[in-house]
Amino acid sequence: MHYWSGRRLVVAVVFVGTLAAVPLLGRRADSSMRAGPEVTGFRLESVASELGIAFTHRAPSLDPRLDNVAPHVTALGASVSVTDVNDDGWSDLYFTSSRFGHDNALYVNRGDGTFDDVALAAGVADLNREGEGVSMGAVWGDYDNDGLEDLLVYKYGYLQLLRNTGELSFDDVTEAAGLRRWMNANGAVWLDYDRDGLLDLYVAGYFRAEIDLWHLRTTRIMQNSFEFASNGGANVLFRNLGDGSFADVTDSLGVGSTRWTMAVAAADFNDDGWPDLYLANDYGPEELYENQEGRRFTLSFAGVDTDSKSGMSVSLGDVLNRGRHDVFVTNISERGYLFQGNNLRLNYLEETRRFREVARGVVADAGWAWGAQFGDLNNDGWMDLFVANGFISADPDRDYWYGMSKVAGATGAVFEDAASWPPIGTASLSGYERSRVLLNREGRLTDVAEAVGVTDHYDGRAVAVVDLFNRGVLDVVVANQGAPVLVYRNTVAPGNHWIAFELVGTRSNRSAIGAEVVVAFGGRRQRRVVAGGMGFASQNDRRLHFGLGGETQVEDVEIRWPSGEVQRLEAPAMDRLHVVTEPERPSP
Amino acid sequence: MTDVALSNRRRVRAAWTMLGTIHPRYLIVFLITLILVVGEWRYAILGGYERLAAALGACVATEAVCSRLVRGRFANLASAYVSGISLSLLLKPQAGLLWPFALGGILAIGSKYVLVYRDRHLFNPSNFAISVLLLLAPGTVAILSHQWGNDLATNAIIWAVGLLVVSRARMLHVTLTYVVSFLLLAAVRAALVGGPLLAEIAPVTGPMYQLFIFFMVTDPRTTVRTRRGRILVACLVAVVEAVIRLAGDHNVGLLRPLYPAPPILALFLVGPVAMWVDLWREGRGHPGEPAGR
Repeated sequence: MHYWSGRRLVVAVVFVGTLAAVPLLGRRADSSMRAGPEVTGFRLESVASELGIAFTHRAPSLDPRLDNVAPHVTALGASVSVTDVNDDGWSDLYFTSSRFGHDNALYVNRGDGTFDDVALAAGVADLNREGEGVSMGAVWGDYDNDGLEDLLVYKYGYLQLLRNTGELSFDDVTEAAGLRRWMNANGAVWLDYDRDGLLDLYVAGYFRAEIDLWHLRTTRIMQNSFEFASNGGANVLFRNLGDGSFADVTDSLGVGSTRWTMAVAAADFNDDGWPDLYLANDYGPEELYENQEGRRFTLSFAGVDTDSKSGMSVSLGDVLNRGRHDVFVTNISERGYLFQGNNLRLNYLEETRRFREVARGVVADAGWAWGAQFGDLNNDGWMDLFVANGFISADPDRDYWYGMSKVAGATGAVFEDAASWPPIGTASLSGYERSRVLLNREGRLTDVAEAVGVTDHYDGRAVAVVDLFNRGVLDVVVANQGAPVLVYRNTVAPGNHWIAFELVGTRSNRSAIGAEVVVAFGGRRQRRVVAGGMGFASQNDRRLHFGLGGETQVEDVEIRWPSGEVQRLEAPAMDRLHVVTEPERPSP
Repeated sequence: MTDVALSNRRRVRAAWTMLGTIHPRYLIVFLITLILVVGEWRYAILGGYERLAAALGACVATEAVCSRLVRGRFANLASAYVSGISLSLLLKPQAGLLWPFALGGILAIGSKYVLVYRDRHLFNPSNFAISVLLLLAPGTVAILSHQWGNDLATNAIIWAVGLLVVSRARMLHVTLTYVVSFLLLAAVRAALVGGPLLAEIAPVTGPMYQLFIFFMVTDPRTTVRTRRGRILVACLVAVVEAVIRLAGDHNVGLLRPLYPAPPILALFLVGPVAMWVDLWREGRGHPGEPAGR
């Protein structure tokens, strides 16, 4: 009988067919949809230079003992945070740099389409000094409830609290506030965890606090595992005592995670009225700390800890308009080497006490993803997603992925010693990656970055969404590592409506951080929270913006203040910003 | 020596002898199951039980169907079980993709019935499937290269049991030859590249290597007949791997697809050629010796 006769031939045909199917099925879904504004409903135009914003981030120089991994260790620090620093109704921008002698910038919005950097005169520029550390990010919050937004700058170095004294002037009150503490931090949020009307502060440690990155005593400073590392800097919760000072309550509240936390978001995920903490940890699983009525936090097992990855950013959005805080955490994907994938976790805590991970295709795989923010970019009533990407863009012909893969699988003892890492030299590591703009079409996310005009290949880090020109549309600001910031002015096709809210706390903290707004329209309910920091090294416009699509009226607006007050607005006017002050007295 | 010590020695010897009576195939089954259980328990290594079901289901079904069609009888499914577990542990595709496990299973077992010479298959089944997926679908498929907690204790357990199993399977010489060759070549590479020696040695402590060393390079069905030949092949695999690694260090673009999994792809290149030569020599009357099981 001939060898390839009969049934064996059938097996061979099936085998070859299967082989042929592999490259067809294995094509990476990484291309941006080509469509015009008539499909996307908006267009983003890079306008930083037109606005007078010309800020370039500078990376730090560290101890020479880290030279072999310097581009990796120094690849963070570009941040953006939004506030209205002079309370003139126009959003201003604060950017950090991370090299000694290089200034941070505070761009004040003049309201006429131009911005001025007033950081030096205001005393918030010269913060990167030897012996003090370098800036990694900043968050704004009115910690003393005086109506002026104050600034907390977190560093690889000493924290710095700068009190806004009005007239674009700041005092350094770090020492008096009890916050002069060396932390190698990459994230922080303001929140009122005990709902006493005073903003507390949660700072995320990255490298251990005892490490001075300019004067190393050892090179054993890296992670002790690629995906389960727990030897990072401890996170710290500072309670606002109300007299201008803060107390470290980390241990008694149980939130001193030593994972390598990159980003934190605070919101009431489980609808119990208390703000919880969601941590995106680098080299480890995510963590959700549920707030037990301000007395303690407990680490939740809500399905966020089951897949260990490299969390870089945590953003909250109501993806399906269910009135829930869903979570987007960015991670790493690299062709051939690693598909950790971003997480889009839908909140089903009420039904199952768990989140459900649903990221697939372009949502999961955006490259080496960093900051991300939700925002309804075309005002169609569905929250879109902007994702910044790219880690180290250096020599495009040299790639460090192979070099890193040598130690990534090694035992922790090897991996945690920076001296064991192969020299990175001039190589790139997931460099020259483009940002993604994921358009939400009734719950389905499609990448339209190129179609809407986002084509940059900088190493994006922090993203903030903000209505810079008070037009009822969300613009996008991106802080890039070692590169100029980008400001994308958004032009939205006419026809869709919107509504926005600026909240002012009275019994709650004046910044209204932690307040939540649920807008019901067209049979849907969309929820947003006023955040004291969100994404990676970023803080959005605290005015909450809702696109309404073609709806001609809002059915209901519910405001849940941190004090516990629930306020309803009846038939608020559309296409305008509503400034809402919390009722002085509790509702009957 | 005390009576107690003597008694203990007898017990150990009896256990070792009993271990020797178990068919090596089942020792391998035990070891891979142990790795699966420990990896899942400590690190949720699978990333979802549906992945295990897809890989295992495809392997077992393909083995059953192919053996019935081609040989007219159902084959023992232990080999398919090992391949299925290996694929579910080693493949790390994009989120939500199950097809790499299902197709990987079909390719792994199918290769045993299609890519044959003188009625012997040429490729280690898991190695073939993983290599094909990595080379043809790098945009969506990657390999386990890090998710083992980077934990020395877990590695030590796997190594202890693994060495025990390969020694009873009479393949210890292959494992040791490969490891020694890897270490020597790592020193050479470190000297040539100029980086830290630990960085070159480090990969062998990772999870991909443990599966490679104990399940792939030692697979008796796809190793050559003579002990000397097996030692030579293990050396050759290490050498080809070193070449791939050096090319990676020097960013040779042409070989980039090989860099994510140098040992797997080195075996993919060397293994079938060695098998073919060995079988060809066998056909010409060159004597060999049983492959150990």
